[in-house]
Amino acid sequence: MNTTKELSVKESKIAYLLRLADDRLILGQRMSEWCGHGPVLEEDLALANMALDLIGHASSLYAYAAEVEDEGRDEDHFAYFRDDYEFTNLQLYELPKGDFAFTIARQFLFSSFSYFQYQQLKEAKDEQFAGMIDKHFKEIKYHLRHSRDWVLKLGDGTEESKKRMQEAFDELWMYTGELFYIDAVDEMMLAEGNGADLLSFKDEWKKLVEDTLTEATLSVPDWDQFMMRGSRTGMHTEHLGHMLAQMQFLRRSHPDADWK
Amino acid sequence: MSENNEKDWPLWEVFYQPKNGKPYEHAGSLHASDAENALQNARDVYARRNEGIGIWVVPSDQITASTPEDMGSFFDPASDKPYRHPQFYSVPRAVKKRS
Amino acid sequence: METQQQLDDFQARIDAGEKIEPKDWMPERYREQIIRMGSQHAHSEIVGMLPEGNWISRAPSLKRKLVLLAKVQDEAGHGLYLYSAIETLGVRRSELIDQYLYGNAKYSSIFNYPTLSYADVCVIGWLVDGAAIVNQTKLAHSSYGPYARANLRICKEESFHKKQGYEMVAKLAEGTPAQRKMVQSAVDRFWWPTLMMFGPNDSNSPNSAELLKWQVKLNTNDELRQHFVDRVVMEAEAVGLTLPDPDLKFNEETGHWEFGEIPWDEFWDVVKGNGVMNRERIKSRRKAHEDGAWVREAAQAYARKKNLSREKAS
Repeated sequence: MNTTKELSVKESKIAYLLRLADDRLILGQRMSEWCGHGPVLEEDLALANMALDLIGHASSLYAYAAEVEDEGRDEDHFAYFRDDYEFTNLQLYELPKGDFAFTIARQFLFSSFSYFQYQQLKEAKDEQFAGMIDKHFKEIKYHLRHSRDWVLKLGDGTEESKKRMQEAFDELWMYTGELFYIDAVDEMMLAEGNGADLLSFKDEWKKLVEDTLTEATLSVPDWDQFMMRGSRTGMHTEHLGHMLAQMQFLRRSHPDADWK
Repeated sequence: MSENNEKDWPLWEVFYQPKNGKPYEHAGSLHASDAENALQNARDVYARRNEGIGIWVVPSDQITASTPEDMGSFFDPASDKPYRHPQFYSVPRAVKKRS
Repeated sequence: METQQQLDDFQARIDAGEKIEPKDWMPERYREQIIRMGSQHAHSEIVGMLPEGNWISRAPSLKRKLVLLAKVQDEAGHGLYLYSAIETLGVRRSELIDQYLYGNAKYSSIFNYPTLSYADVCVIGWLVDGAAIVNQTKLAHSSYGPYARANLRICKEESFHKKQGYEMVAKLAEGTPAQRKMVQSAVDRFWWPTLMMFGPNDSNSPNSAELLKWQVKLNTNDELRQHFVDRVVMEAEAVGLTLPDPDLKFNEETGHWEFGEIPWDEFWDVVKGNGVMNRERIKSRRKAHEDGAWVREAAQAYARKKNLSREKAS
C-alpha cells in the first residue's frame, strides 16, 4: 500500500474489510485442516464448526468489499486471485496449525480479541456492515467460550498438556502485538463511525487473557518482548505462500470455469 | 474404574427443546469429559441445523430406566381404565354438531 | 443358555415388526451381528472423511469450500450417532475404534480409493452418497431400535450430500473441456467401486441370511444394487455422462437396467488391504487417535481435579 498517497474513504473501507476477511479466511483455512484429524470425534465436529464460521464470515466480508469496490468482482476474487504480499491477515493466523494446544491458544487469542472488537463494530454507522458483524458476533462469543474452556482444561490438566499449552502461548506471544496495529485505514474508519477503537479495549483484553492463563495455572509471557510487525502492509512468513498455493491452484488453473 | 472406562470420556444423554413451549426430546448421546464439555459438544453435534433452542445433558449412568420385565406391571394396568380417556364419554348430539 | 422358546419368541417379535431395544432379551448372535455391522458402518463414516477431506483446502470457490467442509463434518456426526447406537449394547467406543485401527474390523472399501481431482469429490457426493442413501433409507427400518433411529437421523442430514454432489457434477459436465474431462474421469474410476459398496452378490454373502431373518437389514445386496443402478443410469443420462459399462442395457421385461460383471477380484484385493490408499487411511486415523490421547487424558484429569475440589468444598 502506498502510504504517501492519501487514502479515500472508499479505499480505507475496502482495506478495512479485507483485513478482517483475510484474518478469518486464513485462520479458517488452518482450522479446517483439523477436519477428520481431531483428538476426539466430538471435538472434530467443534473444530469444523469454528472453521465454517470463520470462512463464512470471510466470505460475507469479501462479498461486501466487492460491493463497495463496485468493479464487478466477487468474494472469490479476493480469496483466490491475490498473492501473498497482497494479503493483509496477521502472521498470527497463518502459522501452521501445530498441535491441539497451539490451535486452541491461537483460537482463544483471536476470539477474545474479536469479542471486544465486535462489540464496537456491531454499532457501526454502516447498517449493512453492523448487521453482518452482529450476526458473526454470536458465533465469536461461542468460539471464545469453547476455546477458553479448553485453555483451562489443558492448562490445568496433566503435566504434558500444561507443558504444551504453555509452549503454545510462549510461541504465539510475539505475534500478538499486531492485534493492536493502527494506521490511517483504522483512523479513517474510526472517524467515519465504522471502525473499532482498538486501544480502548486493550487493557480489558489483556486482563481477560491474563486472568484466563492464571486460572489455567499457566504463566503469562512477557508483554514487553519483541513483537512482530508488518502483516497489515503485506509482510508475511513463508508459510502463507504454501497455504495459498494449495488453496488457489485449482481455481487459478481454470480461471474461466464456473466453480460456484 | 476399569482400564476401559479410563480410555473413554463418560457417556451423556442429550435432550433438546425443538421450539419454545415444546417438551424436550431425546436427541442421542455423546462422550464428554465434564458437564460444560457435554453442553458444548451437544451444541456442536446435535444442534448444527437449528434443531433446538434449549439443551439438557445428563450423565447416562444417572438415568434409571424401567426394564422389559417391568412392562407388564407398569403399563398394562392403564389399558383397562378407559375412563381416563375422553373417548369414554358420550356427548349430546347437539353439542357434537356445533363443535 | 438360549432356549428354543426364547429364540422363537424373539423371531415372533421381529416378524411382527417390533423394534428391539437395548435392555430387551436378544440372542447373543443378534447382538454380535448388530455390533459388527453397526460399527463397520460407523468406521466407514469416519474413514470416509479422509478422501473428501483431501480437497477441503483446495476447493475452487469459497462456497464449495463451505459445502465440502460441512459435508465432511456431517460424516463425523454420522459416525458418532452410529457409535452411540452400538454403545447401547454395552460395548465402548474405544474398544470399537481399537478394533479397526489395530485389529481386523472392516470399513467400506470405497474409501480406500484416492481422490485425484476435485471432480472426484463431486462424484463421491453423487454416486457414493447416493448408494449410501439407498442403504441407509432401508436401515432406518432395521429391527434394532437405536440403530434404526441413528440411520433415520443420518438420512435426514444426508440428502444434501447427494444433492450438492450431483449439482456440481452437472455443472462440470456442461463446463469447460477440462472440467468435462475431469468429471468423466472421476465417473470412470468410481463407477465400479460404487457398485461394490453394496457388498458381494447374494450367493456369496455369508452374513446376509441371518441379517435378513432378523431384519437387521431389509433387502439383499443385489436388490439394493439394482435399485441404485436403475436410478443412476437416468441421472447420468440427464447430464450427458457415460457410465463405463458397455453391457449396460434396459430390459423391457423386468423394467430394470442390466449391467456387466463387477470386477470382484479388485473388490477382494481392496478388502484384503491392497487398495491404493488402505495403508494411508489407517495410518492417518491412527495418527489422529494417538496424537489426541494427551488431549483426552488432560480433559479427564481436569474433570477429576474439579470434582475433587467440589467434594472438598461441600
